[in-house]
Parts: sequence; structure tokens; C-alpha cells
Amino acid sequence: MTENREFPKKQLLSLQLDLSKFEAATDEEKAQAVVMRESTTFFKDGMRKLRKNPLAMGSLVVLILIILLITIAPKVVPYTYDGMITVNGKRDKTAKNLAPFTYSKNEQAAIEAGEEIFPHIFGTDELCRDYFMRVIYGTRVSLIVGLFASLIVLVIGLLYGSISGYAGGKVDIIMMRIVDIIYSLPDTLMVILLSVVLSAVLSDALTGTIFQKVGVNMISLFIVFGLLYWVGMARLVRGQILTLKNNEYILAAKALGSSSGRIIWKHILPNCMSVIFISTALQVPSAIFTESYLSFIGLGVQVPMPSLGSLANAARSGISSYPYKLVFPSVMICLIVLSCNLLGDGLRDAFDPKLRR
Amino acid sequence: MLRYFVSRILLAILTVFIIIAITFFAMNAIPGGPFDSEKAPDPVVKAVLEQRYNLDKPVWQQFLIYVGNILHGDFGVSLKTGRSITQTIRESFGISAKLGLMAALVAVVFGLTFGSIAALTRSGWSDRLIIFFTTLMVSVPSFVLATLLLLVFCLQLKWFPVWSQSRPNYVLPVIALSMSPMAYITRLTKSSMLDVLGQDYIRTAVSKGVSQFWVVAKHALRNALIPVITYVGPMVAYIVTGSLVVESVFTIGGLGGKFITSINNRDYPLIMATTIFLAVLMVLATLLSDLVYKLVDPRINFD
Repeated sequence: MTENREFPKKQLLSLQLDLSKFEAATDEEKAQAVVMRESTTFFKDGMRKLRKNPLAMGSLVVLILIILLITIAPKVVPYTYDGMITVNGKRDKTAKNLAPFTYSKNEQAAIEAGEEIFPHIFGTDELCRDYFMRVIYGTRVSLIVGLFASLIVLVIGLLYGSISGYAGGKVDIIMMRIVDIIYSLPDTLMVILLSVVLSAVLSDALTGTIFQKVGVNMISLFIVFGLLYWVGMARLVRGQILTLKNNEYILAAKALGSSSGRIIWKHILPNCMSVIFISTALQVPSAIFTESYLSFIGLGVQVPMPSLGSLANAARSGISSYPYKLVFPSVMICLIVLSCNLLGDGLRDAFDPKLRR
Repeated sequence: MLRYFVSRILLAILTVFIIIAITFFAMNAIPGGPFDSEKAPDPVVKAVLEQRYNLDKPVWQQFLIYVGNILHGDFGVSLKTGRSITQTIRESFGISAKLGLMAALVAVVFGLTFGSIAALTRSGWSDRLIIFFTTLMVSVPSFVLATLLLLVFCLQLKWFPVWSQSRPNYVLPVIALSMSPMAYITRLTKSSMLDVLGQDYIRTAVSKGVSQFWVVAKHALRNALIPVITYVGPMVAYIVTGSLVVESVFTIGGLGGKFITSINNRDYPLIMATTIFLAVLMVLATLLSDLVYKLVDPRINFD
């Protein structure tokens, strides 16, 4: 706007502004008006709190390191989890129960002949397989099972809980009675029982399908999680929805004619997401716990596929001669569960609205 | 109050019935009967055997007969040994119960002590140490703890003898079973104790000159106990499931060890019987802790 622009003449008693009394702000003045700090969102604020929690950050680092290890190691280490160690293309039967970082007779001969042989970081097992790779694959299996099982729990619990909480009335009462009953069943015993039964029932049905490779026990484990473990999540979601659905913005959405599905999806779920997210994060270690427990009593993954629990179980037979075989998978389980728990606690402290000041 | 008690007991009975039903029908879904073997028996012999064990009747009748038998304390016979399962349970449960009760006692006594110490020395070094230790213990599965204890203290250091029927040594199995519940009780006690210590009646007690020990022991701990009662049910469940692996790790001939053996042998009647027996035990423990909770604190409203 230039200074010498013609303004219409001001009428008497009109409210028209006299623009000559105003001047444009300088850059310096504009800079003062800029908000001092970026506005923070719920997520950013939570992350800031999380970053200040050294235990949670440490666990996050440990978890990331473990994940990096299990993705990179199979590409670097030239051994497989289910194959015997070979020297010059021949199976090496002397590489049985080696201690960490030692070589078998044949390998020693090959090294003296000038070959390079990758060290057995954790030694080998009684079937001449590289134990490091078995632990790595065991960790993979355990982590994947933990994640998948938590996802199953999340999906079923979310659907059931939101329907029950939103519908209310008789539907809610009946749905929640079912939850009460499933909740009062002793879960571990039922998991054991159903795993025994399902592995017997499914073994014929699965042969020849892609599921065979995953293993009957693994499938039955997922089914069991889908049948029993979702009730806690369903209760949580229902409780959240009951408190949220009486808010004014829900009433407004209803008055505008939104469908129930849209209200649940767009208004209610985003508001209880943090609580659900934390609860799912805490479900992962408990699923890993259950999986390793089942594997330990012989109801876990199919051989030769390892899992941390079945490795620990297998190591029991040679416990006095090869104690390190027990130590590696055990320490791995504890490390994963501990860091998942600490991270989950940290997430809860950072994101749970109830704990916010 | 009475209404709550009745409905709670009815729910427990319903739960037990559902557990029996699930166990029975799940086991029935497994293909193959007990008298199917590689060399087919004479059809007449098979028919007689099936008639004797009621296998010729429809499934729902078999179920009713099974429930009736359980109510009379008869769980049938084991497939592998042919012995009465009721007898087996009676013989092996004693040792498991002893182990479980000792573990529960250790967990409660030490949990309460450590929890109180942590609450009283809030943010001090002992509090930090206790919280670190409990966080660690919650994350160690009982079977890992049991095998590591066995490895270190039995086989390497030889401080404790390996379990034998004649000279049972309960120290290591009890430690393996009680650590995780103890950690939970410690945390629960700490948080509820911190709540209670901020109450007015504690200030009153302190200001009238009660010594710190008696304030804690008489006023604070008593009220801090209430949330701990709710943990009794989960604790029994944990100890029962933990005892399955702990007993088989230490080769204790209790019910838990028998259960694991029966799973590996696919001895279905024994699996059924043990599952039902242990499940009923857990349901009873939860029922008891709910009822006691309601009794000690009538303010709590469950509906």
C-alpha cells in the first residue's frame, strides 16, 4: 500500500477508518508477534516426556539393537538355523557341542590349509548346528509371535469392546457377561489344554497347506490368543468408550446425523488411542512370556524351527556339560521382556492422559 | 452384601462347569479313541470295552456321566499306567501344595516388608534398589529362573543338593516360584502404602506420639493390605502355572511335574483331570480373595 494513494473523503459522522493514521509494521515488529514456541501436539509432548525417561530410552535402544541384530545377522553369518555345519561342502560331524569361539577338528584343518571360517559365536549344538543362528532365529520367532498375538488381541478386543460400549443396554450386559466368564477362566491352563487339543486336531487338516511350515502349535497358539486373551483389551476399550460417549462433541456429531460407525471411528477411537496403544505395547512381553512358556513345556514351535523357550528347554538335558546353551536363550528372553516392560511403563507415563498434570 | 456373595459364588460355579465342559468337549474332538491301536482289536472285544467305559453312548450322555463321576471324586484311569487318577492326584498334590504354600508365604512376607521399606525410604537408595530388583524379577519367567538357579546353585556351586524324594530341599524351588509374586506384592504395597501414609489418621497417630514402627505396623500396613488381597487370586494362578515348570525342572514328583509328563505322553484322561483340578483351585482362590476383599472393605462397590 503506497502512502500517496487517494482515499475517499471521510463523511461526517461515518465510522470509516482514517488510514493515514496507520502505518505498516516493520520486519522487526513482525518478528515480535511470532509465537515464541512452536505449539506442541499431544504426540510431541508425549515424545518429549519419553525422551526424558532414561530407562525407557535405554530399553528402546536395547530393543532396536536386538531388532537390528536379528535382521542383519542372517545376512552376515554364513550358517543356517537348521543345517549342519559344512567344511568344503561336506557335513562336518566333528562340530558337535562346540564351546563358543572354538573350531572342530575338520575346521581346524581347513583353517591351517588357509581357509577362512566364520567363528561359532555361541558354539554349536548336539546336531552340529550353529547355536548363534539358532538363538537369532529363536529371537525372531519369539518377537514375531509376540507382535502378532498382540495384534490379534488388539483387533478382536477393539471390535468387541467398542461394539459393547457403544451399543449399551442389553447388548452390553450380555456381551460383558461373556467377557466375565472368559476372564474368570484360568488362562494358562486353558492355553495348555487348547494347544494340546488343537495340535492334535489341526495336524491332519494343515498338512499340505502353507500353514504347515508355520507349525501346528504356532497356529493353535494364535487361535488360543484370539479366543482367550482379548477380554482384557475388550474391557479396557469398553470402559474408555463409556466415559467418552457422553461428551458434548459426540452429541454434536449425532445431531449432525453421523452414523454410529463414523462416530466410533472418527471421534471415540482417536481419543482412547493412547491408552489402547500402551496396553498393546504391554501385551507384547506377556505374549512372548506365554509363547516361551508353552515352548518350554514342549507345546511351542515345530522342530527344527527354534524359539527361545524351546532352546532353553532343549538345553536342560545337557545342563551340567554345556551350561552356556541355557544361558544365551534365557538371557535373551529376560532382556526382551525387561526392555518391553520398561518401555511400556515409560510410554504409559508419557502418554496416559490420566497421569498428566 | 449377601446378594454380591451369592452372585459371586454362582459365577464361580458356572465357571467351574464351563471349564469342565471345555475340557471334556475339547478332548473329545481329538480324533481316535483309546482302544484304537495299530493292530486292530477284535470288534467284539472293542465293543465290550467301549460299553464298559460308556463310549458307545452319545457324547452328551458321556459328558453327564463324566461330570457325575467328578462330583463323586472319580477322575477315571490313566491311559499310560492304568492307575486311578484320583489316587495319583491325592498322592502328588501334597508335595505341590506344600511347595505352593511356602512360596506364597515367602512372597507375601517379603513382599510386604520390602514394599513398606520402599515406601518409607521413598527415593532413597534402598527404595531404588528394591524397585530395580522387582522390575528385574517381574521380567524373568519362572522357568528361566528355575533353570538358572538349578544351574548355578545346584550344579556349579553345589550349595544345595539336587532334589531327591528322601531328602527334599525346598529352598531353590520356593525361590523360583516366589520371586515374581513377591515383586508384584512389593510394588502393590509400596503404592498403597504411599497412599495411606498421606492420610489424616496417620498424621494424628504421629502427632499423639506413636512410634514410627507402630504407626507403620498398626495403622498404615493394615490399610495398605487391602489392595494386596486382590492379588491373592492372580498369585495362586501364577504359583500353580509356575509350579508346572518349576517342578519338572527340579524333577519334583508333584502334581505339576505329573501334568507336564502327561502332556508329553499325550495321556488325555490325566491331562483332563489335572486341568480341571488345578483350574478349580484357581477359581476358588479368586473367589476367596474377592469375598475377603468385600468383607474387609465394605466401601467397595462392585456393581
